[in-house]
Amino acid sequence: MKESELITIDHLTKVYPTGTGGFKALKDINLTFQSGEFSGVVGPSGSGKTTLLNIIGTLDNPTEGKASVLGRSVNDLSSKEAARLRNHHIGFIFQTYNLLSVYTVYENVEFPLLLLDYSSDKREKMVMDALNWVNLADKKNFRPSQLSGGESQRVAIARAIVKKPELILADEPTANLDAKNSYLILEIMEKMNQELGTTFIFATHDDKVMKSLKRTISLEDGRVAGDDLAKA
Amino acid sequence: MIRFLIKGLLRDRSRSLFPLITVTIGVALVTLGDSWVDGALVDIIDNNARLETGHVKVVTRAYKEQISSAPNDLALLGTKDLINDLEKEFTNMEWTPRIRFGGLLDVAGEEGVTIRQVRGSGLAVDLSEGSKEIERLDLNKILVQGHLPQTSDEILLSPGLMENLQVEVGDEVTLISSSMYGSMVIHNFTISGKIRFGIVALDRNMMIAPLEGIRYALNMEDAAGEILGYFKDPGEYDKNLTASMKEYFNKTYHNPKDEFSPYLLTLRDQNFLNDILLLYENAMGIFIFIFVLIMFIILWNAGLMNGIRRYGEMGLRLAIGESAHHIYLTSIAEAVFIGLGGSVIGTLIGLGFAGYLQNYGVDVTGMLESNSLYMSNVIRARISGSTFYIGFIPGVLATALGAIVSGRGIYKRKTAQLFKELEV
Ligand SMILES: Nc1ncnc2c1ncn2[C@@H]1O[C@H](COP(=O)(O)OP(=O)(O)OP(=O)(O)O)[C@@H](O)[C@H]1O
Ligand SMILES: [Mg+2]
Repeated sequence: MKESELITIDHLTKVYPTGTGGFKALKDINLTFQSGEFSGVVGPSGSGKTTLLNIIGTLDNPTEGKASVLGRSVNDLSSKEAARLRNHHIGFIFQTYNLLSVYTVYENVEFPLLLLDYSSDKREKMVMDALNWVNLADKKNFRPSQLSGGESQRVAIARAIVKKPELILADEPTANLDAKNSYLILEIMEKMNQELGTTFIFATHDDKVMKSLKRTISLEDGRVAGDDLAKA
Repeated sequence: MIRFLIKGLLRDRSRSLFPLITVTIGVALVTLGDSWVDGALVDIIDNNARLETGHVKVVTRAYKEQISSAPNDLALLGTKDLINDLEKEFTNMEWTPRIRFGGLLDVAGEEGVTIRQVRGSGLAVDLSEGSKEIERLDLNKILVQGHLPQTSDEILLSPGLMENLQVEVGDEVTLISSSMYGSMVIHNFTISGKIRFGIVALDRNMMIAPLEGIRYALNMEDAAGEILGYFKDPGEYDKNLTASMKEYFNKTYHNPKDEFSPYLLTLRDQNFLNDILLLYENAMGIFIFIFVLIMFIILWNAGLMNGIRRYGEMGLRLAIGESAHHIYLTSIAEAVFIGLGGSVIGTLIGLGFAGYLQNYGVDVTGMLESNSLYMSNVIRARISGSTFYIGFIPGVLATALGAIVSGRGIYKRKTAQLFKELEV
């Protein structure tokens, strides 16, 4: 494995157990992702995008083949080790923002840090840094119910990046946003990718997202049907 | 983390208020119930002790065997010395001799011929100066006519006896009974007053006479059927304390070969009081158990509801790398926090009501048919040490159990589903 290879996927197959012998959601996938990529998995509904992100995010295990993330083999991780890996190195952004309504913007972003033994000074610095990235420092005391959809997703992004993870997985992050807000959050994520070197992997249908991707992996029926680098 | 979660708990009142109210009510009821039962127990103990059993009682073993018929031929002798010994052994107690006696009361006509005769049962008590019997039996209160005996030849009769004998205060009656040695004795008393206990059985045929008069009449110089012992501070009464007194006294003073040697009985050894008091104590245990059960079921369901309401939060926490075990433990910690809060509030409320009952009582005289002095017609509570913590055990236990059972769902969450679950 080369130094810059963040993720390697080797002959990966995922079979979901069903009543009739199982459903093959991913078939013989071979992919590598370099550190610092800004890539996306695209494809029709049911093609296996989320399944692939799940495995990369150590939320699920491969049925066959190997996947290794940040130098750790996903196949061999115990659930506790997988949780640790997620906690330290991977950020998630969801289609719905999943903010906790009883907490303020600031507290929602602080939440992932509470599992780590950081001093409150250090936490405050990290939270404010993340909020500055998404341009919401002035709304830190707002509750999620007082935010627009775009602002909510920006808080979710701040929550995903607050620990400065190497890898951020975003499943349909723009699905609930209008064009203006979609471009705004894409801009933020591109900037993070450039300035912090954070690796982004999207799963998306959204043209706006696809246009900004530097690499597009097409899935069709559980297989890789294309893997294109964007023209510079 | 816990601080953070508790902050959320306090802000989300729909999450915390219902369990809190459940625990508060349950704990308040348990606290009040406990102090009420305690109050009832204290009443039973106190009334029995004063009227009949003492906190402890010394008799001969032979007397003990037939204690219900109060056989004075088996009475204790040398009571002065015995009481001296008892006072030296147990400096926290005070001792008083009593004689229970029975006999015929006889009223004679002009020519000295009997015109009426009624069977009565009597209690001879020390009415001399310095004795606390007047206070203990509340004689001033139950005296409804006349005065307390001032000489050893005066006697107090219950309304039933006076009616059946057709006598008035100031009249003379003759007691026909048997002496300690079995011979028939006849002694004249003047009725100095009428006493009403408010207890039917006692008001029918009870009489109270001065100890000296009965000792003289029954030939019981320095003898007594029973010596009753009372804690100088009645609050000191404790079943374990009296049990150890019994063990010590009977080992030291009782001679198993001599059936006339003194033997110490505790309050609980008499009048089936042990059974009655155990019944109360067990009732309290069952009461608490039922409350824990009800609270547990309510809180378990509240926990399940919470699990549904906070499904997204739990999923998110799993996704960002919190282990299921950690989430489970923190949800129990949250519940215990609520349990503690509810227990504190519930205990305070319970104590408030109990304090009111303790100080003022609820007078139920109107609801009772007969107004009896010895059966409490005032419901009282008693705040004891246990009142302060008895609610905590069920309060915290029920919330913790509720969370332990309802929170297990977190282990059933599959991380592989989280993306999908969180998209909804
Ligand atoms: N737990 C499961 N059990 C059985 N089949 C599943 C399960 N999860 C997903 N699948 C199937 O696997 C296939 C791929 O699902 P996946 O969620 O990865 O699709 P997707 O590309 O993310 O689709 P979408 O764009 O609609 O989100 C689908 O056909 C789906 O029915
Ligand atoms: Mg999907």
